[in-house]
Amino acid sequence: MWAYIIRRILYAFPILLGVNLITFVLFFIVNSPDDMARMQLGMKRVTPEAIESWKQERGYDKPLVYNAEASGSDALTQTIFFEKSAKLFVFDFGSSDSGRDIGADIKQRMFPSLALAVPTLIIGMLVYITFSGILAFFRGTYLDLSGVVLCVILMSISGLFYIIGGQYLVGKILHLVPISGYDSGWSALKFVALPVIIGVVGSIGGSSRFYRTIFLEEMNRDYVRTARAKGVAENLVMLRHVLRNSMIPILTNVVTALPLLFMGSLVMESFFGIPGLGSYTIEAIQNQDFAIVRSMVFLGSALYILGLIMTDISYTLADPRVRLS
Amino acid sequence: MKPVFLTTDILIFLLVGIVVAFALYARNKPQIRESWRDVLRSKMGMGSLVVLLAFVTVGLLDSLHFREALPASEQQIEGEQHYSVEVLSVLDVVLGEMRTNVEKTYSAPFSAYLFTKETIELPGGGQAREYPRLAFGGIHLSDPATETSSDILSRLVLALVQAVVLVLLISLLLKLWLSLRHPDDASYSYSAIWRGKTELPWHVALYTLAVILFLIAAVYNLGTAYHILGTDKIGQDVLYQAIKSIRTGLMIGTLTTLVMLPFAVMLGIMAGYFQGLVDDVIQYIYTTFSSIPGILLIAAAVLMVDVYIANNPDAFETSVERADIKLLFLCIILGVASWMGLCRMLRGESFKLRELDYVQAAQAFGVSNRLIMTRHILPNVMHIVLIAVVLDFSGLVLAEAVLSYIGVGVDPSMNSWGNMINRARLEMARDPMVWWSLLGAFIFMFALVLAANLFSDAVRDAFDPRLRKRT
Repeated sequence: MWAYIIRRILYAFPILLGVNLITFVLFFIVNSPDDMARMQLGMKRVTPEAIESWKQERGYDKPLVYNAEASGSDALTQTIFFEKSAKLFVFDFGSSDSGRDIGADIKQRMFPSLALAVPTLIIGMLVYITFSGILAFFRGTYLDLSGVVLCVILMSISGLFYIIGGQYLVGKILHLVPISGYDSGWSALKFVALPVIIGVVGSIGGSSRFYRTIFLEEMNRDYVRTARAKGVAENLVMLRHVLRNSMIPILTNVVTALPLLFMGSLVMESFFGIPGLGSYTIEAIQNQDFAIVRSMVFLGSALYILGLIMTDISYTLADPRVRLS
Repeated sequence: MKPVFLTTDILIFLLVGIVVAFALYARNKPQIRESWRDVLRSKMGMGSLVVLLAFVTVGLLDSLHFREALPASEQQIEGEQHYSVEVLSVLDVVLGEMRTNVEKTYSAPFSAYLFTKETIELPGGGQAREYPRLAFGGIHLSDPATETSSDILSRLVLALVQAVVLVLLISLLLKLWLSLRHPDDASYSYSAIWRGKTELPWHVALYTLAVILFLIAAVYNLGTAYHILGTDKIGQDVLYQAIKSIRTGLMIGTLTTLVMLPFAVMLGIMAGYFQGLVDDVIQYIYTTFSSIPGILLIAAAVLMVDVYIANNPDAFETSVERADIKLLFLCIILGVASWMGLCRMLRGESFKLRELDYVQAAQAFGVSNRLIMTRHILPNVMHIVLIAVVLDFSGLVLAEAVLSYIGVGVDPSMNSWGNMINRARLEMARDPMVWWSLLGAFIFMFALVLAANLFSDAVRDAFDPRLRKRT
C-alpha cells in the first residue's frame, strides 16, 4: 500500500508540472508582462518607463525561460519561469502584484474558509442522507414522487437566488443575524450560521437526488433481497445493510472534495464578506492580480490531486474487498 | 438595412443545421427513432420539449441581426448609405416599443409612477415633491389609482381569448396532420387528442402551448402599455432585458457543448480504443485539466481575453461585436474546462466495446482503426454523449449567472440574467427594495433550467440502457 501511495505522489509531479505550464502559457505567453502592466496602470497615456518600472518592481522584467545574459545555472534560474512558476512547487508563492506576501495571506485566510466549509459539509451530509434515505425507504409512493419533484425544482433554482433570498429574509426582515462580516473565535458563529444554512439548502436538490439513486441501486442488490427473505424488518434492512453499504460511494465522493474545502466557496464568501480564500480569489480576479490567481490555481490543483489520492486510500479503508496495487 | 452576421449567430445556425441533419439521418434508423419516441411518450418529456422549443424560437429570432439604414443627411455622397451603429435583431422588431419605451429610472411593475420622488412644477405655480407619472407606462390611464387593475384585467381576458383561439386552431391543424399520417387509424379523432388517448401525449403539448401562448399574448397586450416587470436604474424595461437574455443563456448552454464535443469524443474513444501510450497521454492531459479548479481556469482565461480586447480596441466595429467575441471565448473556455468528465466516460465505454465480438471481427477483417472507431464504436457511445450534453445544459445556464457575478462572465453590456442579477444586487440595500430585476431574471432562468432538467430526465430514461432494462 505504501508503495502505491508513493507511486501516486510521484505521479502527481508531472500533472502539477502540466498545470504549471498551462498557467505559464496563459499568463506570460498569451499575454506578455507588458500587456499586464498596461492593464494595471491604465490603458492610455502610459509611458514605456512606467511599464518598465512596474515590471522591475515585480520581477517581470526577466526573460521568459532562458536568460542568455546570465552564466551557468543562473541562465535557467534568473527567468520568469523559474522565479514565478517553478518556485510554486515548494509552495513558495512569492508576493502579489500589489506587494503582499501571498503565502502569509493564504495561511491567515485559510481558517475563515474552513469555518464556513466544514460545517456546511457535515450538516449537509446529515441532511441529504436523511432526506434521501426517507425518499428511498418510501420508494414508489407519492411521498417519494413529490420528494423527487421537489428536488428537481430546488435544483433548477439558481444558487444566487438562495443567497439573495436568504440574506433578505433572515438578515433584513427577521434581523436574526448580521448580513455579512466576520469575527475571530466563537463570535464567528453568528456570521457563519446563515451562509452554512444557505449552503446546505442550496444543494439539497441535486445532492439528495444523487444519494437517492445510490440508495436505490444498493436496494436492488442480492444481499438486500436475502436479508428481506430471511425476514429482517424493512427499517432494519435500510439502516443495517443499505445505509452502510451506500456509505462507500458517498464517502469516497466526499473525500475527493475534502482538500478543496481549504479553497473555500467563491460566491458564498464574497456575498457574506467572510475573509477566506474564496473571497481572496475573487478579489484577486476583480483586481486582476495575476500573481494571486496563479498561486491559487496551483494550490487548487495540488489539493485536487491530494483528494484523488485520499479517495483511493479511503476505498481500501471503507471496503476491505478493494486492494490497491 | 444591412444584415450583421455575428460569429455566435453563424455557429448557432450551424448547430441548428447539425440537429436538422441528424434528425433526417435518424428518420431511417429504427432504434434511434424508437428512443426519441420514448422521450416524447413521457408527458414530462413532451411538455418540457415544448417549453424548450419556445425558448429556442426566441433565441433564434434574437440571432438574426441587422443594422438599420440611417436617413440620408446633407453631407452624404450620392449612392452612399450609412448605417446605425446599433445592432438590432428580429426579436427587437417583434418586441417593438418595449425596447424604446425607456423611462427616467426605476419604476415598479405595472406602476404608472416613477419609483423616486422628484420636484414637480405645479400648474398654479410653486413646487412639490411627488412621484411623477411615467413617460410610457400606464400613460393611457387618466387616473391610474382606480383604473389600473380593471385595465389589466380586461387586457388579460383579451389575451386569454386570443390564446384559446390560437390553441384551438393549432389543435385543428394537428388533428389534420395526424389523420393524414395515419389514414387508417380512427383513434386520431379530435377528442382523443385532447383527452390524451393517442400514442404520444399530444394533449400535454397542447396544454403547455396554451400556457405559453397566453403568456405571449399577455406580454403582447400589456407590454407596450405597462412595464410588466418594472424598469431598472436607467429606465429600461426589465421584461425586455429578461427576454433578450434568453439568447445569451441558450448560447452558453449549447455553444459550449459544440466546442467541447469534438475533443471529448475523439480523445475519449481514442484512449479507450488504442490503450497503451495513447491512453496514457490522453489520461495525463485530462487529469491535468481537471486538476485545475474550473472556475480559476475560466477566470484566468477570461482575464486574458479582457487584456487582449483592451489592447486591441480597434479590432471590432461595434460594441455588440466585441461583446459577441467575448461570449464566444467564454463558451470556448467553459468547454475547455468541462470536457474531461465526458472524455473519461467515453474512454471507459470504448474500453469495454473494443473487446466485443463485432469489433474483434472487424479487426480480423482488416478494417482500418479509423473506420472501426467511427462506424462501430462511435454510434454505440452516442447515447452517453447525448445524455451528457442534455445534462450539462442546465448547469451551464446556471453557471453563467455565477460567472457574471464574479466578473468573469459575459460582457457587462450584454443582456444576460447574470448581469441583471449582478446589477440588481446593489439595489437590495434600497428601502423599499427594488426586487423586480432579480425576480425577472430568476423566473426566466428557473423556467429554462427546469424545462431543461425535466427534458434531460426524459432523455436519460429513454436512452440509458441500464434504466431501460429495469422497466
